[in-house]
Amino acid sequence: MKSLDFVFQRLLKAAFVVLGVVILNFLLVHMAPGDPASVLAGEAGAGDAKYIAQLRAQFGLDQPLYQQLWTYLRGALTGDLGFSYRNQLPVMTLILDRLPATLLLTGCAFVFSLVLGILLGVVAAYRRGSVTDSAVMTGALIFYATPLFWVALMAVLVFSLHLDWLPPFDMETIGGGYTGWARALDIGHHLILPTVTLGLFFTAIYTRLTRASMLEVMSLDFVKTARAKGVPQARIIRRHVLRNAILPVFTFASMQAGQLVGGAVLTETVFAWPGIGRLMFDALLQRDYPVLLGVFLVTAAVVVIVNLISDLLYRFVDPRIEAAS
Amino acid sequence: MTGQSTPLLRVENLSIPLPAGLDRAFAVEKISFDLQAGEILCIVGESGSGKSLTANAIMGLLPRYLQPSGGRILFRGQNLLAMSEAELETERGRAMAMVFQEPLSALNPLMKVGDQVAEVLEVHGEKNATIRERRVLELFEFVGLPDPASLRNAYPFRLSGGQRQRVMIAMALALEPALLIADEPTTALDVTTQAQILDLIRKIQQAKGMGVMFVTHDFGVVADIADRVAVMERGVIVEQGPAEEILNRPQHPYTRRLIAAVPHREDRDAAPSATGADGARLLEVKGLRKVYRSGGGFFSKPRVVNAVNDISFSLRRGETLGVVGESGSGKSTLGRCLLKLTEIDAGEILFHGKDIVPLSASAFRPLRRHIQMIFQDPFASLNPRQTVGRILTDGPMANGVSQAEAERKARELLELVGLEASAFDRYPQEFSGGQRQRVGIARALALEPELLVADESVSALDVSVQAQILTLLQELQAKLNIAIIFITHDLRIAAQICDRIAVMHRGEMVEYGPPEQIFDAPQHAYTQRLIAAIPGSHWNPRLAVLEGEAR
Amino acid sequence: MKFFQRYAKNYGALIGLGILIVVAIVALAAPLLFPVSPWQSVGDPLLAPSEDPAFPLGTDMLGRDIAAGLAYGARVSLLIGLISTAVAVVIGVSIGALAGYYGGRIDDVLMRFTEFFQTIPAFAMAIVLVAIFNPSITSITLAIAIVSWPPVARLVRGEFLSLRSREFVQAAVVIGQSGPRIMFTQILPNVISPIIVTASLMVATAILTESSLSFLGLGDRNMMSWGFMIGAARTMLREAWWMSVFPGVAILLTVLAINLIGEGLNDAMNPHLRGRKD
Repeated sequence: MKSLDFVFQRLLKAAFVVLGVVILNFLLVHMAPGDPASVLAGEAGAGDAKYIAQLRAQFGLDQPLYQQLWTYLRGALTGDLGFSYRNQLPVMTLILDRLPATLLLTGCAFVFSLVLGILLGVVAAYRRGSVTDSAVMTGALIFYATPLFWVALMAVLVFSLHLDWLPPFDMETIGGGYTGWARALDIGHHLILPTVTLGLFFTAIYTRLTRASMLEVMSLDFVKTARAKGVPQARIIRRHVLRNAILPVFTFASMQAGQLVGGAVLTETVFAWPGIGRLMFDALLQRDYPVLLGVFLVTAAVVVIVNLISDLLYRFVDPRIEAAS
Repeated sequence: MTGQSTPLLRVENLSIPLPAGLDRAFAVEKISFDLQAGEILCIVGESGSGKSLTANAIMGLLPRYLQPSGGRILFRGQNLLAMSEAELETERGRAMAMVFQEPLSALNPLMKVGDQVAEVLEVHGEKNATIRERRVLELFEFVGLPDPASLRNAYPFRLSGGQRQRVMIAMALALEPALLIADEPTTALDVTTQAQILDLIRKIQQAKGMGVMFVTHDFGVVADIADRVAVMERGVIVEQGPAEEILNRPQHPYTRRLIAAVPHREDRDAAPSATGADGARLLEVKGLRKVYRSGGGFFSKPRVVNAVNDISFSLRRGETLGVVGESGSGKSTLGRCLLKLTEIDAGEILFHGKDIVPLSASAFRPLRRHIQMIFQDPFASLNPRQTVGRILTDGPMANGVSQAEAERKARELLELVGLEASAFDRYPQEFSGGQRQRVGIARALALEPELLVADESVSALDVSVQAQILTLLQELQAKLNIAIIFITHDLRIAAQICDRIAVMHRGEMVEYGPPEQIFDAPQHAYTQRLIAAIPGSHWNPRLAVLEGEAR
Repeated sequence: MKFFQRYAKNYGALIGLGILIVVAIVALAAPLLFPVSPWQSVGDPLLAPSEDPAFPLGTDMLGRDIAAGLAYGARVSLLIGLISTAVAVVIGVSIGALAGYYGGRIDDVLMRFTEFFQTIPAFAMAIVLVAIFNPSITSITLAIAIVSWPPVARLVRGEFLSLRSREFVQAAVVIGQSGPRIMFTQILPNVISPIIVTASLMVATAILTESSLSFLGLGDRNMMSWGFMIGAARTMLREAWWMSVFPGVAILLTVLAINLIGEGLNDAMNPHLRGRKD
């Protein structure tokens, strides 16, 4: 029964966060300097008096605030995130169209950074004090301090413009006309630079975290017990240290999902990757507020879902959770 | 010493240097002792004596910065210090095994306990999983774990402290080693569990003919299981010999001092009991109840624990009431209730006839000075960022005393509890555990309380320091006519200093009366178990010391 | 002075301190070093570094001095980094302290609130806030503060929660000290060092966030910033590498220096931890 309670509580929490972001969006629209209607319309739409009048009616902008909130909430929860005057499309359609590209990029970057980060962290901890350790940790320190967008630009400068190894822009070769495997390969080719540049910052974080966690676990009593049993060092690391050390890294990584999406805005901007990050940047340039707020809401929802899944998974991996909750 | 035949274990002139900058050069200095097959050797000492380090050195488990600089450790004639790590690995777990103090942290939290025991068999060459499984079941059965078939699939956090230690013992026994090293294996356990584990170790030792090296700080435990004893003080073995000799006719002054400090009931006659016990009732507790609720949600019921269940007693000035129980008995919760450090669910606490339970936090604050507390952990009970002077003056100043007056008083108190006046400007970190506990006592006394609640106030201290603090408390009580509620897990201490004892078990007060009654004619089955479990009950340390001094 | 001795043992931390001091001096002295506004065109456009000795780091496509931009950009980075962190620390410490000390309902409510802000994507929220309230040094600073206080609140809450049940705090209750007094005189002094360490690392993150915002065009229009310079250099990547390389290196060095200082502080303030690590 406890598990049911847990799932129920987590679902409730997730729902509240999404609801909270919707309300936050609503408040932002009303707190913004200027007329809420022009915010809802976006800068381009604000010039169109008929459109503004229509928005006033639709959102009941002359009605009491709580009623406006209700109208707004009902719309948002049924998938109506407003209309992009600039694009002449519903915001939801725009976002759903771009979402897969972002999920592909962030997913790849997540796996890349987690795998590489854990690997480097384990090696550094195992070879603590060696040249390898110093090299890995210095690298991590540097990439932890480097702005994502600048790494992306430098990567384009070196690998695309100078070496001409990898394509600098877009998700596919324009007019390439590839299909099937050839297309997948083409996308993969375009994916490398964005994935690596987005992932490196997070790789640095996970490397540092894994190393610290490994060293911490290696100093715990049960590792001494394993030695007292006559277990060889390599097996101790594999069977006893690794699992205990990596669990906190996973928890932390899933909490970083939001950061990853934030990083995607920058990466997609540099690489003209057709995802919602790029959409957000375009909306910024055009002052297209409905799109901006819509992307914000959807990214929050995605993060909430990722956290939910990781929480539920975590329960299977760590037997202690059930006792603690 | 036995001599001729090769001993199972011979430690010769072992020295382990400490890193520079510590209070002494060697953690362990030129120690030598023998352990024969089939005997139990107890290494006794206070904290920092180097006894645990010696045990770890034999197993080759010392950290890199603490390595032996000289001497030999001969195990069946072979020098362990000269072996490579790979060679040691084949010996560890197979020929020599170790049991640690904290069974919870000594077990891998993410691995089933059965697998952890099976791993010993696996790394030492047992490739057949079915055989390993069968052996694990046998071992669990042998160490007295209930329902081995399902328990081996449990994770450590599911087990009780005693069960975990049994798992550790099963792990150590898996390959029937010739040498078992037990490092304070019962210190983290309740007294009744301790008695069972001691029984178990003695039983296996006899059944398998192992040599056991048993590290402990408790002379009661020594009296229960040792064949021979080595006493360590600050890295040196000051005395060793047959248990009977050391316990009853100790030669070295340090050993004598330690044995004299072992709490024991006989002392009680000398205690200034019931000085002002004829006065009016200071405290009367009626039907006190505290319930803990945890967990629970839409689909499950909350867990409810009656931490304190319908407790009643009374106390006069100058009296000492001992509250005795094991962990989870509710004894500490009772103490916290009396100080209103926790919400109370039902009952009355009459202080000078006035019920303090319904008082709000702010209404009770002016009354707090009358009821003070001495805490358990001398390292956690003093704010590391405040000087001793600040710690002692905070209380009076919170109660309206001027700073000058509070400081004058604080200096007086330092003298009263036996500390130098210079302690006033120093920070807690600069003091030893015993000295800190004196500061804690001074802090409580600064408010001139009528009632002192002492919650395990000497449990974290070494036995010799413990004796000093107990003496100090008794002196102060006689001088200031304070009532004391002394909460402890150690019946021996309660017997030594209390006028009356309340025995608590699962939130209930199962027995209440003077020590004579509790010890000589315990009524309740639990009290009887508790009394029977006191380590070293057949040995009277007071007689031993007298004999020693007579020579 | 034991503290500084422990700090000085860490070479990385010393180097970090050195770099940061240089950056701070350049930032303070910017108007003296470059009396002309960094927005002003002062030379030929797209001069490569050392092509003209007057512009050792070159000029951009409008003939603005890159070196002057870097010096003025340091002002913005440090200013926003420090102020937004200060605001975030004040918010975080207040919420964390109340939640941790009083527990129960108060804790529940405050922690739900904190979790909410921690869950929603920080950078996306900063973008929305700055965009909606129009980019200015105030809105940028506040937006960064608003998205970065939750970790402080959780840290402080955790510390307060564990210290609250520590015996010396219980002792303070028993001797009759009031709640606020206990929070300020007993608990807070024991939480200061982790707060300082976290805050120093937050300054670094804030500088990164600020540069990212201005890279996206969400910088204050009146102040030159490193992120803006890189953003402007984006279209000139092929023609003028120096336009993007130098500001990037400036960010990297500054953030690296602050991280090194943070680690140095951590080691110096928790000598036990350091001992265990080695």
